[in-house]
Amino acid sequence: MRFLAFFFNLFEPLFRLSQKWLGQSRLAWLFVAPNLLVFGVFTFLPIVINVFYATSAGVALLPSERPYSGLENFQILFECRDYFDFQSCRKDVFWRAIGNTLKFSGIQVSLMVFFSLLTALVLNRNIIGRGFWRGVFFYPVLLSPVVVALIWKWLLQSQGVFNAVLVSAGQTPADWLTDRHWAFFWTIFVSIWAHMGFYTLILLAGLQAIPKDVYEAALMDKASPWRTLTRITLPLLMPNLIVVLVLAMIRAVQVFDEVFVLTGGGPGSATTFIVQFIYQTGFAEQIHLYGLAAAASLALAAGLIMLTLLQLKLTRAKDAGQKVR
Amino acid sequence: MSTLSFPFRRRTFQALSLALLAAGALSAQAQEVRVMCYQDGVECDVTAELAKKFEAQNPGVKIVVDTVPYKTIVEQLPVQLAAGQGPDIARVTDLGGLSKFYMDIAPHLKDRKYFDTQFGSTAAWLSPTPGDKGIHGFMSQLTMTGPYVNKTLFEQAKVALPGPKATWDEWVAAANKVAKATQTKAAMAWDRSGHRFAGPAISNGAAIFDAKGELTLDAGYKTTVNQFVAWHKDGTMLKEVWAGSGGSTYADSIGEFINGNTVMVLSGSWQINRLQKDIGTKFDWVAVPNPCGKAACTGIPGGAAWVALKTSKSPKETAAFLNFMAAEANYADFIAKTNNIPAHAGLAKKGVNYVNAQPAARAALGVFGTGVAQLSPVAYKFQGYKYNRALMLPTVSRVTQALVGELSTDEALSKINADMQDAVKQAQK
Repeated sequence: MRFLAFFFNLFEPLFRLSQKWLGQSRLAWLFVAPNLLVFGVFTFLPIVINVFYATSAGVALLPSERPYSGLENFQILFECRDYFDFQSCRKDVFWRAIGNTLKFSGIQVSLMVFFSLLTALVLNRNIIGRGFWRGVFFYPVLLSPVVVALIWKWLLQSQGVFNAVLVSAGQTPADWLTDRHWAFFWTIFVSIWAHMGFYTLILLAGLQAIPKDVYEAALMDKASPWRTLTRITLPLLMPNLIVVLVLAMIRAVQVFDEVFVLTGGGPGSATTFIVQFIYQTGFAEQIHLYGLAAAASLALAAGLIMLTLLQLKLTRAKDAGQKVR
Repeated sequence: MSTLSFPFRRRTFQALSLALLAAGALSAQAQEVRVMCYQDGVECDVTAELAKKFEAQNPGVKIVVDTVPYKTIVEQLPVQLAAGQGPDIARVTDLGGLSKFYMDIAPHLKDRKYFDTQFGSTAAWLSPTPGDKGIHGFMSQLTMTGPYVNKTLFEQAKVALPGPKATWDEWVAAANKVAKATQTKAAMAWDRSGHRFAGPAISNGAAIFDAKGELTLDAGYKTTVNQFVAWHKDGTMLKEVWAGSGGSTYADSIGEFINGNTVMVLSGSWQINRLQKDIGTKFDWVAVPNPCGKAACTGIPGGAAWVALKTSKSPKETAAFLNFMAAEANYADFIAKTNNIPAHAGLAKKGVNYVNAQPAARAALGVFGTGVAQLSPVAYKFQGYKYNRALMLPTVSRVTQALVGELSTDEALSKINADMQDAVKQAQK
């Protein structure tokens, strides 16, 4: 403690001088300046650069070689004869990617929250080998997404383990990754398998934080298990559920690595999600359309901001409702 | 508590400083030339061998051969170059697309006439602008797209191999018979590549260019798209190759051929070494001439080139190494050991002694060597066209969408056309 006091006292003359020079209210800026600098260089500046690329055309990477094109890239992305028919859009794959991302997020997040909750409820009970089962469910979280995808690809490919089992049972092998419906199903399944442990852990921590006496009171009142779950567990777990929902939703919208390795976005564009569309447009195609990719990423950012604002509004409305009650 | 006395630390410090200075002086002496290389077989290994020979003849120059996956050459190298970074030399296949990054090594060459004579026929493929007289590198090998057939399966099925002028339909019929008789997974597979697709399309009469010299989708191209989608739907084609990826990602079919999952594949001459190495004596394979359509029996020429890059910090040494690699004896060594078709006029005339080639590989090299003479002029023009990928890439992504049922073939064709126009427009800005 004495050392710390000595250490901070060393800076006191400097702070006094700064306070005298800047005034007390401006001194705060000095303290946050290092963080602001890092944020500015690595977050804010890339956003500005992104806006520049989104408003310029051509295939050159150097800014000096890119002609200004205004909103042309956004026009290209959003040009549709009928917004309910992807086919009619100039960049139909962009719209397919948005559609796939929304579908994926909706299904994956709902199932993820449901199964994480179910698993957390089971793992919170006094079952045999509870520590082992907690480890089993958390283990996939420790694996790299690429490893997860490669393992599942090995299981699902045409001559993979699953088809080998089917063939040995006298069945016809299935097109797990080359049929668009199956491929979409497996992207959801693998994603849930890989990340469920993390969300289960958050919910488990929430369940363990609920005071036991509340359950004892419910038991004395002869409340049914269903009533206990819906009237005690879920309401008290709501803060953790909201965290899980928000985190799962953000991750679902940003899904890329696992799916890219597992299906490559195919077959066709069945599992092409918005981040992959941006990557493909900007870097993977041999004619690199950086401007279009930047415009798409700004559109994604706008979508995420709206989603975040909506969630904030819902959370605040819920808090306000609770306060009123 | 430190056990080192001050004089000892000072001596250590002095010794370390001297060592660092010496290392710095040595590294300053050795001029480094970095070569980014991908290999289908042993191309980079042979290049590294030749680099050792070059270093022995040129003390003070160090050649570092960085072997990278093909994907790196296709996806990362262009970004590096656009950002003003990159190696001194690279082995590339997007010959025209990257041409603006090539460095002219002519001022550093003693005998530029040698390059004009021996590599003149393909020099235009590397030119940044039409009529450019610079020397930017040379083709490390010529390639040609073409099919391979599992001869053992044909023999087991007692089906005769169609003759040299057989059409695609005749090959499909024969391969289907073989697949059925031998319970092979599929009759045929084509590499997932617009480059490969262009061969059958030109054979079917696709002119690729309109009267103004701009890319166009004509009846020949449309016929091939329709045929290709239909072959997927009736099970002739192995679905995994094209439907197994998204976007326009490249996927080869040769792995499926090696694993015996398909009777015939459309790939190219650069796979001969891999076939020799990976198939060994498991089954007999042959390269066959490109099947015919109504207009031609052609594949697409192509190849990889060694190119000098503007990012080079050692232009003189870079030129010297390329000059060394292009010398007839060294070029012959590279071609012979890698089982490739030479782009060197003199060597092509003399013939190459493929020292490592087994009979099947030697026969395949003969088939492709003969096939070069039968390539359609349209195929040459398409290969040399700077924006050829504007057609190749949408072909892959849109045809895949059609064959998995996301688009009809008509919709796919219209999307290929729109994507192609967009890409050319953007690339010209």
